[in-house]
Amino acid sequence: MADEQQQSRRTLIKGAGAAAALGLGGFPFISYGQSEAIRIGHLTPRTGFLGPLGEFAVQAADMAVDEINAAGGVNGRRIELLKEDSVNPQTASTKAERMVERDKVACIVGEISSASALTISQVAERTRTLFINTGANSDELRGKGCKKYMFHIESQNSMYVKTCGRSLMAQNLVKGKKWFSLTADYAFGHDLLRVSKRFMAANGGDFSADKLVPTDVTDFSPLLLEIRNAKPDLVISNLAGNQITNFLKQYSEFGLAFPVAGFGFDTALAWAAGKGNFHGTWPVVWHHLIDTPASKKFVADFTKRYGKPPENQAWGDYNAMKLLAQAMVETKSTDSTRLVEHFEKGAKFPLMKTREGYFRKSDHQMMHEMYTVQGLPPAQVKNPYDIFVSSAPVPGPNESLELIATTAEENECRMT
Amino acid sequence: MGPGQRRGDKPLLFLQHLLNGLLAGAYYLLIALGLSLIFSLGGIVNLAHGAFYAIGAYLAVSIGDRLGFGAAVLISPVLVGLLGVVIERLLFRRFYKADPALSLLLTFGLAMVAEQALRMVFGAPPLSWSIPPELRGQIVIGNFIYPNYRMLVLAVAVLCVAGLWFLLQKTPFGRVVRAGVQNPDMVGALGISLAPYMATVAFLGVGLAGLAGVMLAPIFSIHPAMGAEIITSAFVVVVIGGLGSFWGVALAAVIVGLTKGTVTAVGYPQYSEAAIYLLMLLVLLVRPRGLFGERIQRFE
Repeated sequence: MADEQQQSRRTLIKGAGAAAALGLGGFPFISYGQSEAIRIGHLTPRTGFLGPLGEFAVQAADMAVDEINAAGGVNGRRIELLKEDSVNPQTASTKAERMVERDKVACIVGEISSASALTISQVAERTRTLFINTGANSDELRGKGCKKYMFHIESQNSMYVKTCGRSLMAQNLVKGKKWFSLTADYAFGHDLLRVSKRFMAANGGDFSADKLVPTDVTDFSPLLLEIRNAKPDLVISNLAGNQITNFLKQYSEFGLAFPVAGFGFDTALAWAAGKGNFHGTWPVVWHHLIDTPASKKFVADFTKRYGKPPENQAWGDYNAMKLLAQAMVETKSTDSTRLVEHFEKGAKFPLMKTREGYFRKSDHQMMHEMYTVQGLPPAQVKNPYDIFVSSAPVPGPNESLELIATTAEENECRMT
Repeated sequence: MGPGQRRGDKPLLFLQHLLNGLLAGAYYLLIALGLSLIFSLGGIVNLAHGAFYAIGAYLAVSIGDRLGFGAAVLISPVLVGLLGVVIERLLFRRFYKADPALSLLLTFGLAMVAEQALRMVFGAPPLSWSIPPELRGQIVIGNFIYPNYRMLVLAVAVLCVAGLWFLLQKTPFGRVVRAGVQNPDMVGALGISLAPYMATVAFLGVGLAGLAGVMLAPIFSIHPAMGAEIITSAFVVVVIGGLGSFWGVALAAVIVGLTKGTVTAVGYPQYSEAAIYLLMLLVLLVRPRGLFGERIQRFE
């Protein structure tokens, strides 16, 4: 009897879980001409320490798909988005598999965690399904872990480091300087630390200390005391997710005055730090103050729809959907292999910036402009969102877009 | 030691780390005391306690943005406490005599519902809130530095512990609660209904979690899953201290704090979390009921 009871309880939990997933994910067009719709799987963390960014990703993907469908869809077919919380690398891989095998999605878009992106890419490669990574930064995903069916609209760590590094060199914070770095203790952080050490070694700087910080650490005070004691020339954040917010809030609480810079960044985390707590130099793929007509329209539409401006993660998922639709129209196909060929031929995409971007053939990394932002002093902050000023696009108008990406010697990608 | 540092820096840094560890202990204590109270009276292991901490922080931002920090500190814990009473009367009450596994499932479910509700109401991105300008600044004595705000959090925690101790040990209310912990049936036989006491304990315990949420919101990221971040450490404190023991829990909070501080001070901040679990393991090996765990007959 006990067994039966347990069974029914388990069933109940499953039922509740399924109901919750249904409520969360939603399948709005499930009854709408299934044979015609092009199904795209969207997988990204919506809970956990990257959840805050995942919400922007989902909202932006929804918006892009609505716009595409309102304009008549792709080759006359609607796009139907299947959305799931990727949770962790194991779950991400299971869900990716289910999307491909059961739901027959044409491709998968999303992810923020480098660890989960790796497991999704393995499913994508095995099933020959296109996967566009919109938020995972590790160089390794474009290096040793590169895959024929995986493309990256998100910049790689090297691009973040070299973009921000440029600004740091201009501020004379590199050559002969001592850095104290805090690094998120998982795949992304380790990769970023490796890349930032390479940058420092190449440019004549040194690390006085590098500390690994577990992703669930919320209290940075012990590390702040260490930093104060070490008196570095620059404090470097290789942190991720909520860690960045906690770090910024407490750095200002302790009143430390060493300059701060970061190699990984998301605007939502700076917004959350609050007025007067966000400062320093940080690299971004895109932000809501970029002065191009397409960016302005995107910011206005997103703000109207969701009551807050989009952040960089929204840019990634929105543009991934748009460029997919564009590529499907250009190739008149939804076949992953055709799309991969199209991308590899150097198809150009607008990306809402001053120059068009393209996927580099050697490692499938999107070549595009980046920016650094600099926190404004509290007196100049007028609203909770416009809390920084932006650099001009990096690389500059007369430079190759590949200037900030890994060089051929740095890259270990052997695509098969 | 770096070239620019004086010899006196090292002991000073050690002291700062210890103080810092104590502060961590103080906010675990605010959560742990409520957990211990609710468990010892009703036998409910409240996995949703962290959620009340998160709700406290979110309410603080909503209230604070309109009425200021002071109002948030006063109003938010009371609202969270009242929410605790409602949940105690509607849900906990039905599980006092049931298998503990059932209340565990219930509170686990509650924690998930609360987290998702926060996500749906306030959105997944963290909310922005900072220390009010008048409470900013640091105490600086020579090379010693400590933020004013953290001293305030420490003071609030100490006051709460003192107040709760007074209430439980020195008032008629406390005597009934303590009697109820040991033998609810006897208290009933004496013609005292425990229901209002249970509700009050829920108000106090849950309200303290709400207060911790308010006090920590200015220095921690305010996001829907913040409750889950703190609940495990609070449980460690309760387990080390021994369920039902007021001073056991208070002492455990100090020991846990000092352990974290010491491990950090000797240069291994990344192991400070692991150290408190190791400590818990050691305590459980030697004293399975925790340091001062009371022998509560009905739980044996």
